[in-house]
This record gives sequence, structure tokens and C-alpha cells, in this order.
Amino acid sequence: MEHYLLPDIGRPGKIGCSLPSLDVTPAELPPKELLRQELELPEISEVELVRYFTALSKLNYGVDTGFYPLGSCTMKYNPKWHEDVAQLPGFASIHPYQPIGSVQGALQLMFELQEYLAEITGMSATSLAPMAGAQGELASILMVKAYHHTRGDKIRNRILVPDSAHGTNLATAAMCGFEISTVPSDDRGNIDLKSLESMMNEEVATLTLTIPTTLGLFDPQIAEINQLVHQNGGLLCGDGANLNSLLGKVKFGDLGFDCVQLNLHKTLSTPHGGGGPGSGPVCVKSNLADFLPSPLVAKSGKEYTFTSPTKSIGSLGAAYGNFGVMVKAYAYIRSLGAEGLKQVSENAVINANYIKEKLKAYYHLPYDRVCMHEVVFSGRRQKAKGVKTLDIAKRLLDYGFHPPTVYFPLVVEEAIMLEPTETESKETLDAFIDAMKEIARDADENPEILRTAPHNTPIRRLDEATAARNPDLRWEMGKT
Amino acid sequence: MSSPYLPNTDADRRAMLQEIGVSSADELFQDVPQKFRNVQFKLPPPLSELELKGELRQLSDRNANLDDYACFLGAGYYRHFIPSVVGHIIGRSEFYTAYTPYQAEVSQGTLQTIYEFQSLVCQLTGMEVSNAGMYDGSTATAEAALIACRITKRNKVAVLTTVNPRHSEVVDTYVKAHSIPLETVEPDSVDLPSDCACLIVQQPNFFGYFEDIKTYTGKAHQVGALLIVIVDPISLGMFRPPGDYGADIVVAEGQALGNPISLGGPGLGIFACRKEYLRQMPGRIVGKAVDVDGRTGYVLTIATREQHIRRERATSNICTNEALVALAATVYLAALGKSGLRQVAELCYHKAYYAAEAIGKLKGYSLVFQQPFFKEFVVRCPTAPQQINQALFQKRIIGGLDISHIIDNGMLLCITEVNTKREIDRLVEILGAM
Repeated sequence: MEHYLLPDIGRPGKIGCSLPSLDVTPAELPPKELLRQELELPEISEVELVRYFTALSKLNYGVDTGFYPLGSCTMKYNPKWHEDVAQLPGFASIHPYQPIGSVQGALQLMFELQEYLAEITGMSATSLAPMAGAQGELASILMVKAYHHTRGDKIRNRILVPDSAHGTNLATAAMCGFEISTVPSDDRGNIDLKSLESMMNEEVATLTLTIPTTLGLFDPQIAEINQLVHQNGGLLCGDGANLNSLLGKVKFGDLGFDCVQLNLHKTLSTPHGGGGPGSGPVCVKSNLADFLPSPLVAKSGKEYTFTSPTKSIGSLGAAYGNFGVMVKAYAYIRSLGAEGLKQVSENAVINANYIKEKLKAYYHLPYDRVCMHEVVFSGRRQKAKGVKTLDIAKRLLDYGFHPPTVYFPLVVEEAIMLEPTETESKETLDAFIDAMKEIARDADENPEILRTAPHNTPIRRLDEATAARNPDLRWEMGKT
Repeated sequence: MSSPYLPNTDADRRAMLQEIGVSSADELFQDVPQKFRNVQFKLPPPLSELELKGELRQLSDRNANLDDYACFLGAGYYRHFIPSVVGHIIGRSEFYTAYTPYQAEVSQGTLQTIYEFQSLVCQLTGMEVSNAGMYDGSTATAEAALIACRITKRNKVAVLTTVNPRHSEVVDTYVKAHSIPLETVEPDSVDLPSDCACLIVQQPNFFGYFEDIKTYTGKAHQVGALLIVIVDPISLGMFRPPGDYGADIVVAEGQALGNPISLGGPGLGIFACRKEYLRQMPGRIVGKAVDVDGRTGYVLTIATREQHIRRERATSNICTNEALVALAATVYLAALGKSGLRQVAELCYHKAYYAAEAIGKLKGYSLVFQQPFFKEFVVRCPTAPQQINQALFQKRIIGGLDISHIIDNGMLLCITEVNTKREIDRLVEILGAM
């Protein structure tokens, strides 16, 4: 297929939509120095535009295309009608600053969603303001900082994270000016309690913990961890990236967490959009409620209003968070109810354990124990034969599957992180398992086919190093 | 109970549990201490698609939607015409059910459209490089301020008082995290703090009029600070791009480019800058590359700035952004093209002047600022804007933003191409009758 971009299909004089003509007397133009001399944008007819983007869409792989076991990302199928309700004019076509009395339906939805999320996490209060998980983490850490400062506890400048943590946990801590120390895992993939104990002191503001961990394991020492952190005056922050395994079963609040950030676009079913929009609410216990980011929705009598907590860490966006995403999460919770949510987590956990059992004879399993919603293998057996984990991932593309997350978490050599989610059938899992077995066999017998994979995709492996060294990040028009 | 979203049957589950070697799903939760497991969750009982759709429709009907009202409210979120083609393209599920394009071989659709987005943003703003987008205009501004601090190795941020206060608030949240002070500067103030990392200005500004921007470029660069300009992307169809007047970083709220307002979210943070700051940029960046067979493709690049690689030394913690909103902006700009975007901008401009002139002539009303403006302007009203807005609402009109806390009886009105002459005339008539 010949490669082309918008400027290649554009021709002067074309347009992709029709616009009204001016229906008022034109005004005098402003001074020339304010006006633009030239604007070069491609000009394309509607049909050419549609064909261009349709052709591009076919080069993509989405959950609707097939199995997408990208660990840590919870690529579940999302009900179609939730997309439709988010587009209702009463939700999509409302302005953040229109009279509050004229958006009571939206505020009611937000208020109830706050309550549902607090119930699901076992917390006291929720702010829907963060626009993605990483911003929810930012909110959490800013609240932790404000909490300690308000108590006059100003030497807590350190945040602990496990060695299996997401990169965002560390980047967020750094954004808030904290020092970071890494807590090692033990040989079972749990937090090394002895190390944690030795690291906990009056300088530690919080331990940020993903639970289940990014290894897909639930740390059975959670009560001890909670106690160690709190008895030293620290707080326990949850990264809710893996909530899908706890839905309707276990509450963060019961486990001792002071706050947790959620990813509505993972767990509560809103499609990822090729990388967003997301929504990353934070749920907190009462000790942090006064610090929540603005705004919250409050109810007095039958009226809903926006309020700001007394010691709020401030605003995280120009409006109130990603409302369009909230509508879908709300619809999801109301569609499933408590029992439905429990079925989600149980099915997600069954699916992951099924893959684990079926593949552990073929791939090294660093932690051979019951897993939660995801399982982490290591490609080290294959690597010893000259086949890298990346080769395995790329070969899966030839079988029509999206690859798992690879090389993360960092504590596992050649990590292969599989999260099947609850929305996959046994038939799909079996087909995937068969493909993984064939790949393991090829690693022994025909490694070249893996090293040169993928073979059947629209393009093959790209030269990323050259792309980064000599960046070509845009086309230009109108430059002579 | 069977669910449309759980494809496995009871028999499937039994077979799988048997393979795993446990007798129940609950056994798989054995690592969760017993007392934390299977607790009560108080949530409303589940509803079917039919029932819940009905309920959600009722809930949405309790909101006054802008399609049923004449709307003159802007202040950062704008109602512009969205060609249907935008919804049809972003509604293709190959786009919206994909994840961040880590696997380039099966993500060329997303990657190439981001490359187009970056290119269009650069063309529009006159800047050299753009990223794939941030959460919204305000966080793009905040991250720009942080990067300016890193580039200049200074710890002070200055923002003009004419910048959208919501943006300044968010900048404050972000810089406070780093213990960096935020100073507000009056537009006519001669001196910038000599130790500031950047000056943040908005063009046209929050009140709708154009700043004498060259002065600020000069002032910022004189003290070695970067100039961060917040723009209205639609205005760039007609007005000078920031790249022309020396901006170092350009940020914008991109919602207006083909997206519904949706109570202000999801939005789209546009972020473009000079090439020399490329490796300090936050967020995803897509670059062109060549595959092993010599074919052109696209890939996430310069990722060594990002949290998943660089961890605590990343340029930002951002991960998920607003990819689908950026795709809508891409399709929108492609559909309008150079003449369409110019036409939309001109429609806004001429209609806004038409409305301003008529309202300015009404007894008791006056225009607060005399400078040229684009699509927004401030009117001083004879009574409290809140009262006026209530009266307008009764007549199915959503009035402007009440800014009486900044300007005595001030109302910030916004006119775009979707406001017809009839709507504007009616607004003028009702205002005059009050």
C-alpha cells in the first residue's frame, strides 16, 4: 500500500463540510498586525476524508477486534449502549458554567457516582475531579503532603514504593517534591516485611501500594503492612489500577488504605480511546476528606451543588473532571449491581488462573501460587535459547492476538504480563493458550520465525532507535 | 444469572476451576485474609439496558442542553459546529477500543492520526513541535510552567491577571506541589520579576480582547524567561499564530475543535513548543519510522522522557491522555481545512462584533474594553448579571458568564458561528427590555 498523509490527498479548493454564510453586516477588520498572513491546512472533500480515516482505522487493533490481554490495562469489552447514553444531548451538550439549577441531572449522576465509588472502595468520600489515573495519584500524594503539613509534621519527605510499582507512582512522588525509596519484594512476590519495617520512620509520608500488586498477587500480609505504616505515622495510599480483581469482593478501606485512586476507564468499563480520555477519581477515608481536590458534589434537600473541601489541595482542571467518562462508569455500576460486580472480579480471576495453569509448563512462572486478575510469566527459558520476550510478543500478532504487557514489572526478568479480563470466553482463552504453546515450541525448533515476527501485520518491526535519534514528528505545508 | 458481558457459562467456569484445581472461585481469593473477603456492598439492584436507558434519559432531560437553548456562554468551553463526519470517524471502534499504541505493528491507525494531529497543531500554532495531547488546557498550561522552571532552572512562575482564572488555579495546584511560587502580574505592569521562569499570557485573553503581545514577548525574554501563550485554536483561523510573535510554548484547550462540551470534560490539552525543548516535553510523542521491509510507519518516540521508562526522573507523570478527543480535533481540522477554519473564525468575529455593537448601544449597557476582540467581550450590565441570566433562562437563553466579582456588573458574552442573527437579535431585544 502506498503511504500518504493528509497533505498528499488535499487539493486547493476542496472542503470536507459545509458552513453557513454570514448573516450579519460584516464588521471592520482589526489592525493588520493582529491578522494571520497565511494558514496552510490540507483541503479535502468529505468522501476522501472518510476513506482516509477508515483505511487507517483498519490498521488498528482494538478490544472489538479481538483478545487484548495487555497486563495492568484491563482491556475488557465495554457495553455499546453506554457509549450511546454518554452522547445524550442532556449529557454531552451542557456547559460547565451554565446555571447550576439547569444541570441538576448531571450533578445527581456525579453525586451518586461519588457514593457508589466510596462504597465500592470502602472509603468515606470521593472526588471525581482527576482526569486520569496518574492525575488521581497526583491528587493522592498532594493530599498526603497537605495532611502531614497541616499536622505540623513537616519532615515527612519520603515516599516508599514497592519494586514492582508502576512508573507513574514514582513520577508522581517526584512531581510533589518527595524523595523515593524502593521496598524490595520477597521471593514469593510479597512486600519484604523486614525491609519495610527497617525503612519506616518519621520521614516516611506514605507507602504507595498497588493491590493486588503488578505481579497479579494479593499480598496476604496486608494487615501487617497497614499496621507497620500507620504505627510510624505514615499513610497508606492505594493505586487502584488492579481494582478489577476486587470488585464486589474486597474493599480498600477495610484493608487499611487512607486513599485510593481509581481508573474508571479500566475497571468500570469505558473504552480506552487509543489512550484516553480516562477518569481517575480519588476515594479517601475521613482523615483526608477535607483535602480532596475541588469540586465535590453535595446534596442539600433535593438540590445538588458544587462545593470545595475546607483544606482542598485545589483544582486539577478547568472544569469538574471527565464527565463524559463518568456517565459510562455510572451506567456500568447500575447495569451490574453488587452481585454483577462480584461476578466480574471472580471471572477475571478465574480466567487469569486458567491461563496460568495451562501455560506454566511452557513458560517460567516466577511465583507459582494463586494469582488474581493477571499472571506474570518470565520469558527467561526462551531467552536462554536466543528468543526474547519481545519476539514472543510480536509473534502473537501473527496469530491475531494483541500481545501482553512485556518487560514490566521490572522485578521479573523478561516479564510477560497477561490480563485476560472477565469478558473473554473459554474458547478465546484456549485459542490463545494454543498459540502460546506453539510459540514456545517454535522457540525451541524454529526460533527464526519468532525473531523476525510479526509477518502478517500491516507493517513490521520499526526502527525505533533511528526514529528517536532523528525525530520526524510532523509534516509541513507552506514552507518553501 | 447470565450477563451479556460475561461470555462463560456455569459449565465453562466449572471446567476451568477443575483445570485450576480448586472447587470454587472464592478459593482463588485465598490470599485475601478471610475477614476482608465477601463483605457487603450496598449498591442499587442491577437494571436491564432498556430500564436503565430510560432512567438515564430522564436524568439527562433534567439538564438544559445547549441544543435546546440559545447559548452565549464560553469562558474556555465553546459551542462550535461539529460536522457529523467527526462522530462517525471517532465512532469506529477500531479507534476507540484500542489502548495507547505501544504495539506499533497493530496501532498504525492511532499512531498515524497522532502524527497528523501533531502536524496540524504545529501548522495552526506556528510552532515547531507538538505532543499527542494533555488532559485539558489548564493542565497543559501547568505542565508548561513546570517545564519552563526546569529549562531555566528557576523557581518562580508569573501569570498575567487577564488569563482565565481557572487556568491560573490549576497552575497554582501544580507549581505548589513543587513549592514554586506563582505571581500574578497586571497587564500594564512594566517589570517582570527578574528571576521568573516564565510568563503565562492568554491571546485573546480571558475577557476576549487581544493583548499587546509583543510587549510581553520582549519583557519575558529580557529577563530570560519563557513566554507561554494560551490560545483559542479557532481564533488561529484568522489571527496571528503565537509562533509568529515569539512564543516559546503554546497551550490551548482543544475541546472547541470538534468535540461536545460535556460539562467541560473530556477536554484536550494542546501542547506545542520550540524544537529545542522537545526533550523536556511531557506526554506522548509520535514519530515517523521505517520498518524492516522499508515501509513507512509511525511509533511512540523519545519515550525516555516518560514515566514508564524514566520513572522518578520523567518529565511528567502523565500516562493516559485524551487520544480520542485529539482524533476528533484531527478529523475536524481536516474537514474544515484552511478555508473552513478561516470561515468559522470570521463568522465568530463578525457576529460577535454585530452583537457587541447592538448591546453596547442599549441603554444601561456598555462595553468594558475598547481593544479588538475575537468572539468574546465583556458587557457592563445595568443590574446584577445573575439576575439578567435568570431572566434570560426563562426565555430559553443561556446568558454570559457572570464576572461581577472581577468587573462591576460584568458579563462575559460569547458568540460563535452557531449563534444565528435571529438568536442574537432576540438576546439584544430581551436585554434592552430589562
